[in-house]
Amino acid sequence: MVAKFDLTDDSVVVVIGTGAGGGVVSNELAQKGVKVVALEAGGRYLPEDYINDEWESFGQLAWTDPRTTSGDWRVAKDFSGLPAWIVKAVGGTTIHWAGASLRFQDHEWKAKTTYGEIEGANLLDWPIDAEEMAPWYDKAEAKLGVTRTGDRAGLPGNNNFKVLEKGAKALGYEEVHTGRMAINSADYDDRMACQQTGFCFQGCKWGAKWSAAYTDIPRGEATGNLEVRDHAHVARILHDDSGKVTGVEYFDRDGNLQMQKARIVCVAGNSFESPRLLLNSASEMFPNGLANSSDQVGRNYMRHMTGSVYAVFDKPVRMWRGTTMAGIVRDEARHDPSRGFVGGYELETLSLGIPFMAAFLNPGAWGRSFTSALDSYENMAGLWIVGEDMPQATNRVTLSDVKDQWGLPVANVNFSDHPNDVAMRNHAYAQGEAIYNAVGATRTFPTPPYPSTHNLGTNRMSEKPEDGVCNKWGQTHDIANLFISDGSQFTTGAAENPTLTIVALAIRQADFIAREMAAGNI
Amino acid sequence: MSKIERQGLTRRALLARSAAAGALVVTGAGFLAAPDAAWAMEVSVISEHQMATLIQMARDIYPHDRIADQFYAIAVKGYDADDKKALVEEGVAALDAAAQAAGHADYISMGWEEDRVSILQAMEDSGFFQTVRGGLVTGLYNQKDVWPIFGYEGESFSKGGYIERGFDDINWL
Repeated sequence: MVAKFDLTDDSVVVVIGTGAGGGVVSNELAQKGVKVVALEAGGRYLPEDYINDEWESFGQLAWTDPRTTSGDWRVAKDFSGLPAWIVKAVGGTTIHWAGASLRFQDHEWKAKTTYGEIEGANLLDWPIDAEEMAPWYDKAEAKLGVTRTGDRAGLPGNNNFKVLEKGAKALGYEEVHTGRMAINSADYDDRMACQQTGFCFQGCKWGAKWSAAYTDIPRGEATGNLEVRDHAHVARILHDDSGKVTGVEYFDRDGNLQMQKARIVCVAGNSFESPRLLLNSASEMFPNGLANSSDQVGRNYMRHMTGSVYAVFDKPVRMWRGTTMAGIVRDEARHDPSRGFVGGYELETLSLGIPFMAAFLNPGAWGRSFTSALDSYENMAGLWIVGEDMPQATNRVTLSDVKDQWGLPVANVNFSDHPNDVAMRNHAYAQGEAIYNAVGATRTFPTPPYPSTHNLGTNRMSEKPEDGVCNKWGQTHDIANLFISDGSQFTTGAAENPTLTIVALAIRQADFIAREMAAGNI
Repeated sequence: MSKIERQGLTRRALLARSAAAGALVVTGAGFLAAPDAAWAMEVSVISEHQMATLIQMARDIYPHDRIADQFYAIAVKGYDADDKKALVEEGVAALDAAAQAAGHADYISMGWEEDRVSILQAMEDSGFFQTVRGGLVTGLYNQKDVWPIFGYEGESFSKGGYIERGFDDINWL
């Protein structure tokens, strides 16, 4: 039975956002008997609603409310109103994600200690480490059904992977396989096995890929402890004279402003919306925004060092067939400063359909150099680069002069690459091209980063209150009953796709919140 | 009756056709047609010349020799609209002026793609060029009927995905 809580019920935990962070923390709390109201700005879509069509699906799922951009990243020029390609829907970007589920490497929890002082970088060690996170990763892997963990087999490799694998092994790379994926290689947890359909980014119509939309959300609702209100756009978090948060104001589906009281508020709107909400919640008591005594809210925005390499061969590949992210090369993920940069990167297969390839291969390009690449689409293979980028204080989310449909200032996203990011990307382009050249590529394309999908930092975790926004539990340093539950709490980004870590942190945070509530501490 | 007569082409249109061999035929009376009569389109707000120029410009921006004119025409047909009229008039006039300065009658009568492209490169930062180019990214490449020309197979869920249809059928590695 789905719960329905009163707006004046001040015993509930209000969770803002329902993706990898908010969706999981909502369900985990509900499973423990905690009453939760989850507020989601988007609508509700399930596998039968997902569309095997790139632009149509984008129109259905993507967050296209206004945002603004600045800085020297190319996205600010080519996609100035679209800094990120993320989802506005119940389940959030877990509908869109590729499914790659990698644990951080041990040293990545201690970036500052490992890498030392890097000029221009605002590095910090996480206040947690690999040993502390190991049991939570175990739980997260079991929840997501990650292949090549537990006794779960790997997925079969598609054409795009086979090209990558052959080239990578020719170069001497050793850790090359079909990935640790939250995509079922066999039926698992009431979800069926992957049918190699492609369109992983458009929502898995088989439900073979884990998404909170059809796992954690309905399971949380089934407990009778979770109410999800969709089309509920949170405008402001409210607090009392003692500085504790007391509830949130949100616009409901009819555009009416509502106020939901709360015992605890968890913010999980992603690394743009979460800091935006804290900044938009400024008050007389907190003139710089909530939880912002450190002035770190919005800062240290990270998006992973990314890029792609596509390559054309003299014979067909048909890379779009099957799992979009079908395999990985991990050998470059290590920290090895002899390469000219700190941190490391992963190489993961990627494919776009013709509509998105035209938009993203080389945005703004035209003429035969561009169109002859598309003419060879059928013979193309592709990989995506994902590496650790440096947190920088000036890469930040601030409030824009532009306002959204509710009259609320939108997020401006300022980003410029750090020299370490540039050095790493150039290294990765060269390695990606070498992989494909080793299999006989006739032409390669070092493709610039897409609008961001991995949005991290902006409310980072820190040991000391002056260095960040929240503590090792995601609890804000300034306000004990206000939590950060999404990727914005990342202290540093590591080289790995972030969802598994967001989920592991959310499971752990729910455990902490339930214990603290039971103890009467919050 | 010959094919051309069935199309009812005027002398003016035939001349225009010979000036830009292989390109569109401007039939007058608000119609454009393919030389082989495979398709035709009507314009009501902008002129036939302006539409023919837009179609040529679209091909020059994103030239795919295996994609027929009709797909470019579909991609730019939205410019035959009241709120686009001024943009098109000004843009096409600029293209034609540049062509005339280079000794040609107008843009579409320039025989070599590279000559037309050099004119486009000179106006690459203009609002007209960027609007047309930006619109083509979806207007051309999001037409389901052009996908097979690239080999792209589109939707696959209704066919059961590729698990039994060649997701791993590469045979040349």
